[in-house]
Amino acid sequence: MESFDQSAIDLIIGKYGKREESLISILRDIQSQFGCLPKEVLQYVSQKVDLPLSKIFCIATFYSSFSLEPRGKNLISVCQGTACHVKNGEQVVNKLAHELKLSAGEKTTADRAFSVEKVRCIGCCSMASAVRINQDTYGQVTRNSVDKILKKYRKT
Amino acid sequence: MKVSNRKDLEKLKREGMASLFPGTIKIMVGMATCCLAKGSDRVMNALENEIKKRGLKASVVPVGCIGLCYKEPTIEVIQPGKPKVTYGEITPDKVPQIVEAIAQGGVKREWVLYRTDREKLLLNGGAHAYCSGKISVLFKGPHEYSDIPFFKKQLKIVLRNSGYINPESIEEYVARGGYFSLLKALTKMKPEEVISEVTRAGLRGRSGGGFPTGVKWLSCSKAEGKKKYIICNISEGDPGIGMHKSLLESDPHSILEGLIIGAYAIGAKEGYIYISSGYALGVKRMEKAIKGAKIYGFLGKNILNSGFDFTVKVKEGGGAYVCGEETALIKSIEGEWGEPRQRPPYPAESGLWGKPTVINNVETLANIPVIITRGARWFSSIGSEKSKGTKVFSLVGEVNRVGLIEVPMGITLKEIIYDIGGGIPKGKALKAVQAGGPAGGCIPKKLINLPVDYESLAQVGSAMSSGGLIVMDGKTCMVDVNKYFLSFLEGESCGKCTPCRVGVRRMREIITDICEGKGKREDVPLLERMARLIKEGALCNLGKTAPNPILASLRYFRDEYLVHIRDRKCPAGVCRPIRTRSIGK
Repeated sequence: MESFDQSAIDLIIGKYGKREESLISILRDIQSQFGCLPKEVLQYVSQKVDLPLSKIFCIATFYSSFSLEPRGKNLISVCQGTACHVKNGEQVVNKLAHELKLSAGEKTTADRAFSVEKVRCIGCCSMASAVRINQDTYGQVTRNSVDKILKKYRKT
Repeated sequence: MKVSNRKDLEKLKREGMASLFPGTIKIMVGMATCCLAKGSDRVMNALENEIKKRGLKASVVPVGCIGLCYKEPTIEVIQPGKPKVTYGEITPDKVPQIVEAIAQGGVKREWVLYRTDREKLLLNGGAHAYCSGKISVLFKGPHEYSDIPFFKKQLKIVLRNSGYINPESIEEYVARGGYFSLLKALTKMKPEEVISEVTRAGLRGRSGGGFPTGVKWLSCSKAEGKKKYIICNISEGDPGIGMHKSLLESDPHSILEGLIIGAYAIGAKEGYIYISSGYALGVKRMEKAIKGAKIYGFLGKNILNSGFDFTVKVKEGGGAYVCGEETALIKSIEGEWGEPRQRPPYPAESGLWGKPTVINNVETLANIPVIITRGARWFSSIGSEKSKGTKVFSLVGEVNRVGLIEVPMGITLKEIIYDIGGGIPKGKALKAVQAGGPAGGCIPKKLINLPVDYESLAQVGSAMSSGGLIVMDGKTCMVDVNKYFLSFLEGESCGKCTPCRVGVRRMREIITDICEGKGKREDVPLLERMARLIKEGALCNLGKTAPNPILASLRYFRDEYLVHIRDRKCPAGVCRPIRTRSIGK
């Protein structure tokens, strides 16, 4: 079992309280701090909050913002809302996968620099197709502008 | 610091007015997600640097979205005694020339979209005049706000402050009449009077089936039990709706004020604002709004010295479409996975932790302060017979002027698409408009004179729902769009009931076959039968409405399905591997 910073988890649990209703908030914070929800961390949370691991696993797999697998350093969320679908959002995903050399079903690049995920509407419909990289949102993205956007993140 | 009477609130209003109209040069930059996506943060930096470089006495402030998404990034410039000027498509390299013009007291006319001489104030009554008497010839060229086709047929009630105020300034919200409705409700009206006002206004829920808000409040207020809750739902995961996010980012206090008034009406002491995952900026602004409201005593104990106590918490969702359904949303707040349950009992009787609970949509709540201040009679004079007030739409897709719009109910689709939206790009023909997201349906071109209200939309198999209007031209294949909706719903089905879990997947498989040229003649009647069974058998509203898009498309675009099946062709050239191109290319 890999070791992890237990005090960081304690801090998060302390912030929201050991209550069932806080579980989603606790997992959200862990996800943003650790980049994913590792098994051993969930086991630790289960003990601390005194809830069965099966229940925590249910929550962690029900909601789409949680990931059990580690994500890449840069998380690319490609919007698949209706407006983006109409504006060829699918082509943007394909181009991204091609540029980052991801094969079908693969989400994260071998060097863990990028993860690409299709997400539901990110609420930027007037700027379709929309792509979010980490906290930055890009509007009117086309197959041809993907390269230029990626460049910014490739360096870092 | 606490506001305890009208005098205190008036003082806060004066502070806000001084910040809204400072008497010096003020430049406002749209900073909602849509603006940021076009680089408005870089424009703001460039403006700040340029002003500093020149030593100009001017302030640069962030505001929300004014809805002109097709012209982003936009900025607005106020110079004392002169009309307000709105510029569009401003990039950092254009900034020096604009600042140069401002420094000389003029305008950079090439990039001006329009000017505003007077600004109506919905809640204060009257208007703010930017200039009086003769307008300098320099400013005469640009069109006036009210002459701009994009705005002409719009009526801003919910979006009254969006783009006008700094969303993080509670003082500016108060300056435009904010929290005066709360004061009126708490000190001059009994809870039942508030409910009756909302009922008489004819306000209906701005998502889902359009249930009358006053009736919902009344049944919750009559429900037994001392502890009650009110929840604001900003979680509709519908694809194609940017406006909830935009309102949250542009004017969080309007939502909060509506929520507090609602809490008073039903007798709730605690409330939740449930926000979809991935709305980080909105969460930040709402949390700041709550903090400010606490400081001034609009939240907490003995609000406005009325004896009414109310606290509110922001809850961020984990990302699930089904959590837009009220019983699933309740589960999610309780810390469970969001599975809907059978109704009745309705949440108004047994909701959060088994207590009577009202769940209102964000747009519904933003209407409440206006109803309280302007009155039910005024509000119900807007809109159509059974659908009162306005509706916010995110007008997107293949339309020239995409943006965030608010129109009186009863306006026709044609007016929205052509008068406000400026028609289809490159003069192409309209094919359909999709309204209501995965619970709605595509409306064909021939029904374009349809008035937009709950009943009319439902009649043609579509829905008001939360208000995405996606305009489609000939490049869109109706079968493919429905495959898209079914894949969406398949992925988002919570899996609790079989009609939705298995039925939607089967429908998606059938329609995928049709798209791939493997469709059979019996597929169309089979889809129709399954759609009806799912509608009848599914547990929650999301399941019940899941077949709507396909039923609507089979009603109006049946031929397109038949061409896919019979001729193995996709007329729009979208579906692979049967993509076909028109002859001659």
